Amino acid sequence: MRRLLPHPLLSVSLIVLWLLLVNELSTGHLALGALLGWLIPFATSRFWPEQIRIRHPGVLARFLGVFAVDIVRGSFHVAWLILKGPAHLRPVFVEVPLDVETDLAISLLANTISLTPGTVSALLSGDRRTLIVHTIDSDDPAALVAEIKQRYEAPLKQVFEEGNT
Amino acid sequence: MTDTLLALLILTGAMFTFIGSLGLARLRDFYTRLHGPTKATTLGVGCLLIASALFFSLRDDGASLHEVLVTLFLFITAPVSAHLLAKAALHLKVRSLAPTPRAGDAQTTDRG
Repeated sequence: MRRLLPHPLLSVSLIVLWLLLVNELSTGHLALGALLGWLIPFATSRFWPEQIRIRHPGVLARFLGVFAVDIVRGSFHVAWLILKGPAHLRPVFVEVPLDVETDLAISLLANTISLTPGTVSALLSGDRRTLIVHTIDSDDPAALVAEIKQRYEAPLKQVFEEGNT
Repeated sequence: MTDTLLALLILTGAMFTFIGSLGLARLRDFYTRLHGPTKATTLGVGCLLIASALFFSLRDDGASLHEVLVTLFLFITAPVSAHLLAKAALHLKVRSLAPTPRAGDAQTTDRG
């Protein structure tokens, strides 16, 4: 089973991706999608050494909700900052000490940070323990770090790493 | 009714995209400029894509969900390019308004 279908989640995502790409739902395309969904993970399985498991779907759903709200809220905030003018900005680099360890969780955290307006992840330290984040305007860097850890890192760790480490 | 909603979405999207570009022009150092375009792609393009999905779903019956893919690809690529730009800038020691992190950290990431 593991050899024939190495990454069931990836397979399902590829089928959905294919159906969205052709933008229609028919038996033919479902079959073609299923073929691709099997063939691609099978052919590229050496690039995906870790088995990906999602532990708490509820936590993941809530995380996505928080993420969506933060994008909207942050966009308004950054738009306002840009309109107000660059003279009022207090850009800072902050160092976020990481608790997550797997490649997937670290990259998802870095992507989340970059997508939520106001922060861009800039650098992962060589020992993968610290993520350096540039923020466009902050008067309290310590609070920002705490917020990132609590809002984004904790749920990601729970969903993708709990029990794996 | 739907026309009003669509117009609102398109206008909001256009406004955020514009402000993002304005940020690129107005802000004063490389790192803060980086925030403009990444923001524009998230909310601005998001609004435009919702408008597009609504319009095509209502016009030709049957949902048009292409747009979900565009959002997905943007959400995957935008932060990666922003991250690489910031990382390259740190290596090149581009002038920054914020004090840059210790030089030692920038060095160690060659392996990272």
